[in-house]
Amino acid sequence: MNLHEYQARDILRRHGIPVPPGEVAATAAEARAIAEHFGGKVVVKAQVHAGGRGKAGGVKLAKSVTEAEAHAKAILGMTIKGLTVRKVLVAPAAEIATESYVGIIVDRASQRPVLMVSPAGGIDIEEVAAKTPEKIHRLAIDPRYGLLPHQAMTLGFALYRDVKQARAAADIMQKLYTAVYAVGASLAEINPLVTTPDGSVQALDAKISIDDNELERRPDIAALRDVSAEAAAEVAAREAGLTFIKLEGYVGCCVNGAGLAMATMDLVKYYGGEPANFLDIGGSSNPQKVVAALRIITGDPTVKAILFNIFGGITRGDDVANGIVQATTAFPLKVPIVIRLTGTNEREGITILERAGFAALTDMDEAVQQAVAKAKGKAA
Amino acid sequence: MSIFIDQSTRLVVHGITGRDGSFHGKQMMAYGTNVVAGVTPGKGGQQFEGAVPVFNTVAEAVRETQANTSVIYVPAAVAASAIFEAADAGIGLIICITEGIPVLDMTRVLPFVHERGARLIGPNCPGLISPGKSNVGIIPGNICQPGKIGVVSRSGTLTYEIIHQLSTQGMGQSTCVGIGGDPLIGTNFIHCLSAFEADAETAAIVMIGEIGGTDEQQAAEFVKQKVKKPVVGFIAGQTAPPGRRMGHAGAIISGASGTAADKMAALQQAGISVMKRPADVVPLLKERM
Repeated sequence: MNLHEYQARDILRRHGIPVPPGEVAATAAEARAIAEHFGGKVVVKAQVHAGGRGKAGGVKLAKSVTEAEAHAKAILGMTIKGLTVRKVLVAPAAEIATESYVGIIVDRASQRPVLMVSPAGGIDIEEVAAKTPEKIHRLAIDPRYGLLPHQAMTLGFALYRDVKQARAAADIMQKLYTAVYAVGASLAEINPLVTTPDGSVQALDAKISIDDNELERRPDIAALRDVSAEAAAEVAAREAGLTFIKLEGYVGCCVNGAGLAMATMDLVKYYGGEPANFLDIGGSSNPQKVVAALRIITGDPTVKAILFNIFGGITRGDDVANGIVQATTAFPLKVPIVIRLTGTNEREGITILERAGFAALTDMDEAVQQAVAKAKGKAA
Repeated sequence: MSIFIDQSTRLVVHGITGRDGSFHGKQMMAYGTNVVAGVTPGKGGQQFEGAVPVFNTVAEAVRETQANTSVIYVPAAVAASAIFEAADAGIGLIICITEGIPVLDMTRVLPFVHERGARLIGPNCPGLISPGKSNVGIIPGNICQPGKIGVVSRSGTLTYEIIHQLSTQGMGQSTCVGIGGDPLIGTNFIHCLSAFEADAETAAIVMIGEIGGTDEQQAAEFVKQKVKKPVVGFIAGQTAPPGRRMGHAGAIISGASGTAADKMAALQQAGISVMKRPADVVPLLKERM
């Protein structure tokens, strides 16, 4: 789960990291009031889960209260990478001397949290990594001992020559590391970490992603989820315990297991079709999940055929079959459906489907080919 | 032979009285796995299915039954603790089926397991099976056949699909290992490839990867240097969009090296035959053997 910039800034502030002031507004009038409070010269920033906000026109500098209101009006409601902006952050325009980068990410290779710092901040860190990798300093932190003071200080000196600034940066790194474990972050970055003309070190912009597996034990963090910033179908799927991702194609896929779901999408493409979605009903044996899955797929007008690919293990074929029958009785399908069902309780499942007038296949390739053909027939 | 588990496996089931633990406990016993103990705090002294003693702690189970392998079915909130406990009790092989363990918990679990000299398989994995000998986890035993193919995979049901292709076309398996779909896991491709290479019974290896991370690229490099046996590979997620998590916590394309295309190229360069679809597995193996 991604947090908005203003939410990430709150977390940093609560952990004692110096963050410049700023408040969030949902209307142009609110933005105006905040700008007034800060004396007029402010920056207005779109709060949206997409990179490249600046390039898309989602970050604007205002010289007056009126200008701030106008910018907020323009930015609120605009679409950046398919997502509608519903909130803006209004903050005093900061005077900046230098821009650096500080980030912590859980690294798969070292199996540890890795602290990355770079004096080349303010831009996309992946770009820095690609073009000038020597400007990035990395440290794999041993979670048994945490970030040791001398390690943080060494990286502080990698950013600043001035000992006071290096010490301030080291302190920020320690606090960021504490924050990562406290909120269950899989990524936490400060970009840019700035120095102001008077020499202070501050976190100007922040990005935090929370590991979804942490949310159950951290209700306060889970409450930060902004469902208006996510696609409606994906929210509905998550609430039903499914994983759903909308894609560009027209063959609606419903599969048990993430790996098999990806392989099914790939096979749709292999046989000349385009998958409309990734949908994993998971390893449960609950007909209601199948009903919820079909409701989501049939709600997508771009779907021209539906493909079920079920390899029963924990998931039982008869449960899936019952779900399909229940769902199609409640809301009759307008597009063809192709069902592949094998594994646990395959025979029982196929019998249930055949009694309800559905044909069921046991071979994956055959099912995918049929689904692609039917989708194209319908599209033509 | 086989890898990691066989007739000498003495299994303790962590969470044996729970919903998943009891269901799969019975399945494993029916398959012939030597289930010697169960663990559920507060239920020590009971008998599971009238045949398996239940203990309050793993340490007791090990002391009383000489269990050497543990399988974990407990909920995500307590699963990391169960791994710590198993490693502390001297269990040499720990298989964690549980899905949803926070990755930051795993940053603490893994060094602990390593220090105790244990091997962890998973978490968020289907477990492993040495057909005809022992089945630990949730892989349906009836789709497997004893034989000479070693299978290692990051996936669950996709692994079943590949095993199904092998078994129905007369290619049995020495061991099938599901290593799990999380970003931080205890046993990776290289550990399994190395074990299969050393196993006299395994004649060829099938590795099933997916998008995200660079484990497959490192495995490819290892195959190039150290593996003499034929290897056939598959990568799921050729049509996955960048930046979106495809179900598994680890299956996300971030940067060019996480893509299916990059991984397939790395496999090919290492001399691994790459399937375009699961149904290619048997023809490619026949070509190489």
